[in-house]
Amino acid sequence: MSAFRSGGAYSPGRMAAATESGSNTALKRVLAVAAILALLVALWEGYKLLGRATGGTWPFTELEMRPRPGNNSMPHVWDVVAALFGPHRRGGDPLILVMASAVLFTLREALVGFLVGGAFGFALGVLFVRSQATERAFMPYVVASQTIPIIAIAPMVVIWGRQLDVPSWLSVAVIAAFLTFFPVAINTVRGLRSPEATATELFHSYAASPSQRLWKLQVPAALPYIFTSMKISASASVVGAIVGELPAGFGEGLGRALLNYNQVFAADPTKLYAAVLMAAMGGIVFVGLITLAERFTLAGRVREASL
Amino acid sequence: MDFIVDAQQLGKTFEGKAGTVEALRGIDLQLEPGEFVSLIGPSGCGKSTLLRLIGDLLQPTTGSLAVNGKTPQQARIEGDYGIAFQKATLLDWRTVQRNVELPLELAGVEAHARAARTDELLDMVGLADFADHHPWQLSGGMQQRVAIARALSQRPPLLLMDEPFGALDEMTRESMQQELMRIWRDTATTVVFVTHSIPEAVFLSTRVVVMSPRPGRITDRIDIGLPQPRDSGIRESERFFELLTQVREQLRSSDSVS
Repeated sequence: MSAFRSGGAYSPGRMAAATESGSNTALKRVLAVAAILALLVALWEGYKLLGRATGGTWPFTELEMRPRPGNNSMPHVWDVVAALFGPHRRGGDPLILVMASAVLFTLREALVGFLVGGAFGFALGVLFVRSQATERAFMPYVVASQTIPIIAIAPMVVIWGRQLDVPSWLSVAVIAAFLTFFPVAINTVRGLRSPEATATELFHSYAASPSQRLWKLQVPAALPYIFTSMKISASASVVGAIVGELPAGFGEGLGRALLNYNQVFAADPTKLYAAVLMAAMGGIVFVGLITLAERFTLAGRVREASL
Repeated sequence: MDFIVDAQQLGKTFEGKAGTVEALRGIDLQLEPGEFVSLIGPSGCGKSTLLRLIGDLLQPTTGSLAVNGKTPQQARIEGDYGIAFQKATLLDWRTVQRNVELPLELAGVEAHARAARTDELLDMVGLADFADHHPWQLSGGMQQRVAIARALSQRPPLLLMDEPFGALDEMTRESMQQELMRIWRDTATTVVFVTHSIPEAVFLSTRVVVMSPRPGRITDRIDIGLPQPRDSGIRESERFFELLTQVREQLRSSDSVS
């Protein structure tokens, strides 16, 4: 974004109209999300209906429909919802409660990783902007670190953590942080460099110290960039936490739950689908919270297209 | 009398990948307190470079330069000048009030003293009712008035302006010139004003400095003896047209030299 804008005469009428269309937009957005959900459900069930009508082949052909429209690989939407409210195993608590606690457990790890990784990424960004030599020296390693698959790193971090007597959940948080810091660092660098040359000259003309320039010009200008990277990082940190839980081997989080329901998929596919839905909801809530924080922090600026 | 700007044989050469460019050569310029001096010339004549040398935003290659009797760096650090650019360069996330008080805030002035001074400044530029607005809610002319108020917040003896009205439409431009005249009279600030508009330079200035490019140098200094205070009526006077012609011919002849 450009931190500075010109044009557009002030008019109270225009601002009132903007507020009005604001609540309109919110309603439209809810409707759009609901419409897309309805469309997806209709497509899913329509595909199944077609399969039932033709006996599992594409109409007028002998070609088998893949994925198979039967209930074993594509359960009915209502069966998935029913599974959410059914027991997670014979005589056990409802699946939705078990999954909710698994989602919360994993989100907690992800959140710690997100905060640690975000702070590290921001600090790295500031350091890189302060010193180009540091940026040139370290950037290749930072990029290299992100090309290593997380499933290769996760077991190492967990094993080293055990050797250092670090609690497992903290090792998982470190793995989440590993996926978080990179987008934040890259966008922080970009955002800190976003002020126009004249804005930098202006601060120089007022004999502003480097830290005044950082906190009163560069960081405020970088905030929209940083929030965008935080939304990317939030979902990445959840993935990092889920993958990290597998080698850590504890049963309370999403990682183990997903693995378990994967193993019983052939017998009862509804549970895996239900678990995936819950995991997605957790991610949406996480990103949604960051969007709220963004709205609050950037209030008063020109509204950017928001995610 | 002490000069507020004293440049002697000032030169500036930029070293770039494409080779060296001599932006300014042999600039001699002395400004007395209270003057309103316009630097006028075609693009590339180094007028903005000269302004940036005075503001210590660039370092001269040769010659000597004193601002308010000090080195440019010392003058900058002591807040001896305020600056305004073609783009208002307001901080989007701050209200009008908080934009105007920025220089005071950076200088460590206390909050209540800042508020009092900001009220005064917003009154002066006629934006008292817009203190709590954000820059994007203002028109281009209003944004530029905020920028001028900000430049004057520390009561600097010198005001540097780099084509501040260059992006405004003609009507707004003339009313801004009128307003700047009033502010200049009320504050007794010395102004260095970069422009490429001949009527703007003639209407505002006590002296017009004509520059030519490759390398940038001063080819003429024209005293504008129009009576003060000036108002729009003067734009239709015969003397005004004579001066326009004089500046225009000087610009043309200096252009053909290069």
